[in-house]
Amino acid sequence: MSMKVNTRQVDGITILDLSGRITLGEGSVQLRDAVRDLLAKGSKLILLNLADVNYIDSSGIGELVSAYTTVRNQGGELKLLNLTKKVHDLLQITKLYTVFDVKDDEASAIASYARA
Amino acid sequence: MTGSQASRITYTLESSLDSVNRVEQTAEQMAKKAGIDEDEVFRIAMAVREAAVNAVLHGNSYDPEKRITASFENTGESLVIRIADQGKGLDPETLPDPLAPENLLRGSGRGIFLIRSFMDEVHFKQLHPGTELTLIKHLGTAQTGS
Repeated sequence: MSMKVNTRQVDGITILDLSGRITLGEGSVQLRDAVRDLLAKGSKLILLNLADVNYIDSSGIGELVSAYTTVRNQGGELKLLNLTKKVHDLLQITKLYTVFDVKDDEASAIASYARA
Repeated sequence: MTGSQASRITYTLESSLDSVNRVEQTAEQMAKKAGIDEDEVFRIAMAVREAAVNAVLHGNSYDPEKRITASFENTGESLVIRIADQGKGLDPETLPDPLAPENLLRGSGRGIFLIRSFMDEVHFKQLHPGTELTLIKHLGTAQTGS
């Protein structure tokens, strides 16, 4: 039941297609490692596609926040794409919905990044 | 070790993520069996998972010598889930507010908040040693999904 991560590039943006669960001991570590690897390679414009993330717990929410702040502190941008209703509701409850830049269309999400 | 008394089921489990998953799944099955709608089942299972994570991670610190105890009871009026650890104890009054602007970008500290958001009642009891959380969902509201 662990999370799967597929990485692709579109117009200079790295999209991580995540699927499964982002929870303590499962997807959280994978997400952290994936973002860390991208930053190490100099990829700082990151879009997390959460369309197939069907479950996230407080640890997963914390990992999203940590990814967001880590990328931002390195001068990059991390945005979220295609939230499921459950993840959307969790970000609303935790007041994080307005912290993240949340998109529901990939093309407009790609176009929204500030490029050097 | 498993015991039962009327409709109450009690598990004593290792301090592991497998135990967290087992407790979550048991809560999910219990809520479904009670006729609760899908969205509410998700919230109850998540609250119980967070309580189990708290017990295993923050309470027992994955100590192989320590156990968590999880009991599940449908009283007919409510679902009552109790999760206990053998850790140092937890004072809920000292927990920072995860919605405060200065805490919003913290990478942790939302578990108890989510439990309180999703359950009708949450009670903390100090054990010696450890903490017991009692999570209650009243069936009247949960079954209609309101």
